[in-house]
Amino acid sequence: MTPPAALLPAPAHAASYLEGDMSIRAWLTTRDHKRIAIMFAIAITAFFFIGGAAATLIRIELATPAGDLVSAETYNKLFTMHGVVMVWFFLIPSIPATLGNFLVPLMIGAKDLAFPRLNLTSFYLYVGGALFTLAALFAGGVDTGWTFYTPFSTMFSNTNVIAAIAGVFIVGFSSILTGLNFIVTVHKLRAPGMTFFRLPLFVWAIYATSVILVLATPVLGMTLALLGIERIWHIGIFDPSLGGDPLLFQHLFWFYSHPAVYIMVLPAMGIASEIIPCFARSPVFGYRTMAYAIIAIAVIGFLVWGHHMFVSGQSVYAGLVFSILSYLVAIPSAIKVFNWTATLYKGSISFDAPMIYALGFVGLFMLGGMSGLFLAALALDVQLTDTYFVVAHFHYIMVGGSVTAYLAGIHFWWPKITGRMYPARWAQFAAVLIFLGFNFTFFPQYLLGIEGMPRRYHEYAPQFTTLNVLSSAGAVILAMGYLLPLVYLGWSLVRGARAPQNPWRATGLEWTVPSPPPTENFATQPHVDEEPYAYPPVAASRQEAAT
Amino acid sequence: MTTAIASAEARPRAETPAAAADKPGLAATPPLRRREMAFGMWVFLTTETLFFGVLFFAYAAMRFAHPAAFAAASRHTDVAMGTLNTAVLLTSSVTMALAVEAAEIGRARIAARLMTATLALGIVFLAIKGYAYHREYTEHLFPGAAFHFAGPLAGGAETFFWIYFVTTGFHALHLAIGVGVVGFMAWRLARGGLAAQSAASIVNAGLYWHFVDIVWIFLYPALYLVSRS
Repeated sequence: MTPPAALLPAPAHAASYLEGDMSIRAWLTTRDHKRIAIMFAIAITAFFFIGGAAATLIRIELATPAGDLVSAETYNKLFTMHGVVMVWFFLIPSIPATLGNFLVPLMIGAKDLAFPRLNLTSFYLYVGGALFTLAALFAGGVDTGWTFYTPFSTMFSNTNVIAAIAGVFIVGFSSILTGLNFIVTVHKLRAPGMTFFRLPLFVWAIYATSVILVLATPVLGMTLALLGIERIWHIGIFDPSLGGDPLLFQHLFWFYSHPAVYIMVLPAMGIASEIIPCFARSPVFGYRTMAYAIIAIAVIGFLVWGHHMFVSGQSVYAGLVFSILSYLVAIPSAIKVFNWTATLYKGSISFDAPMIYALGFVGLFMLGGMSGLFLAALALDVQLTDTYFVVAHFHYIMVGGSVTAYLAGIHFWWPKITGRMYPARWAQFAAVLIFLGFNFTFFPQYLLGIEGMPRRYHEYAPQFTTLNVLSSAGAVILAMGYLLPLVYLGWSLVRGARAPQNPWRATGLEWTVPSPPPTENFATQPHVDEEPYAYPPVAASRQEAAT
Repeated sequence: MTTAIASAEARPRAETPAAAADKPGLAATPPLRRREMAFGMWVFLTTETLFFGVLFFAYAAMRFAHPAAFAAASRHTDVAMGTLNTAVLLTSSVTMALAVEAAEIGRARIAARLMTATLALGIVFLAIKGYAYHREYTEHLFPGAAFHFAGPLAGGAETFFWIYFVTTGFHALHLAIGVGVVGFMAWRLARGGLAAQSAASIVNAGLYWHFVDIVWIFLYPALYLVSRS
């Protein structure tokens, strides 16, 4: 397909961010948001495969009912490593720190983020903290689970809890600085004409995510600090034998960790909102409701943490309120799913790899969200708490949702970021493989949960064997699906065809600059004078219908 | 610098020349950059508020769980030193506010002196706090094996003192960082004037200093005054 002449690269060549000084030193001291994004991408990819290795061992262990591969203690350490690495060192920074970092300035017509040096600081805090925790996880391990529940974590666990939470604490500052940077950038550095309601929904999503990062992360930081103090001096406020209250820890922990789910999934929604209109050749349906829904999810998301504690002994009236609020958050989430579907309606749909990933995201997010409604129901939750139903639910949201959307975004903007095209067929194949492998892995876990299989055990009763074998077999497919992009995207860096400026004929300022973008981003200050997602021909026909 | 691309004429909210003339000390930093910096600091202070919010929440929850013990324990805090420290810290906020004003109108030397006074008052606060800690330690009020509190309320009292040491400790840590930042800026200001140390950064340091002050304004009644009478 040949893009119209207007979309071809400008003849004048400004040095791209991948040219010029390519020494290691230049990269490690760069303040260019694009290079920092690449460094983040490399780091989180490494952590993804470390967390994935732990998951692989878990699934191998669970292929048979007997605990024959690892001991119960080792199993505890494995799922802790899997959870800690995946949540804090992959999912939280994944989309904001990589695609967000790369794209937000380009999308709003800015030269860089507001605080480039702070951006680099954020990267080093992330790497330093994550490696610190990783060292603790490898040198002896931690057996508390990623939730670090007291009093087990403060009084009884004999593992490296302090070192692990110290690293998470440091990575928290990376989150805060990244969020702060995005908030100031979106407020102060938009190009002339780029009003808030002309912002791409991806920017809206990153903005809302940043607000959560800035408001929730300090709560986790201080809570982990208090946990550490209590563990070191054996005095504190979480252990009941000291006059403390373990529920206090749970409240504070989930005050961060529930909004953290939206840190993971809001940017994913932003990516879907960019890709689906592009490959349906249709403006996003209900742009303003989409923006308001993002804000609503971010706000309500702060008020639902207590649904993690329905069986903890918190007041049943508190439980009722948290249950109702949890149902409320389903409304803006559903609005988004309906609007993506309506965007497809009468669109001219093509199934390029980013679109398959994005549609996979919508489907998996919907399945995960629907099962969330089950868990928000007080009575049903008593039955399902700490079973594989919960495991399946949050993996559908975080892995089926966020990771799939992250891959969608990587495939969508890969030509822009690297200046190379990847083999389309392989990418489509991987997208389908991941979708199938994911469902194969995690759908059986819903059924296991309903049948009552508890989570976090390394052995199980024989009646759960069939579904566990299915799940482990699915994990093999899923693992292949995740390894494939590494191969063909790596290949494309060397052998891939040169990418044009706008291979998908997408709207948005990032597609008006060459691929890969020049170091300065824009040769001249862009001025924005049209609405977002002005995709022909549907845009034109809808406009006609409106007049 | 990121400001080159968004020129002043493209920004309708750029300051009028008259407003800029009032504060010549700020001229070294473009208006957009100043707004970015101030906004960034406000966002950071929002984060800090939530950071301390956990401590106040823990205080409220524990006070609710052990009301009598908290009332008894708070009578063992040194209210005279707490009050003196409140006065010291409020005074330091005055000198800091004046330093910011002086820097904004371009009076670098006065600003440097006022900032030196600010950091001196900060150090006085920390010294008094350290002395109070020492007294409490010798009175066996530091939680742990050596903790001693007569009467049946010892458990709750230990929780009170745990919260007391953690909250005032985190506050003192923030103040120590403030002393370092203000000291560094005063040093640069004294050496090179407003060319070496931008007034816009001093404005931000002032915001931070006042924030640390406000945290104390909440800590002081919560730890020293509530149910003391």
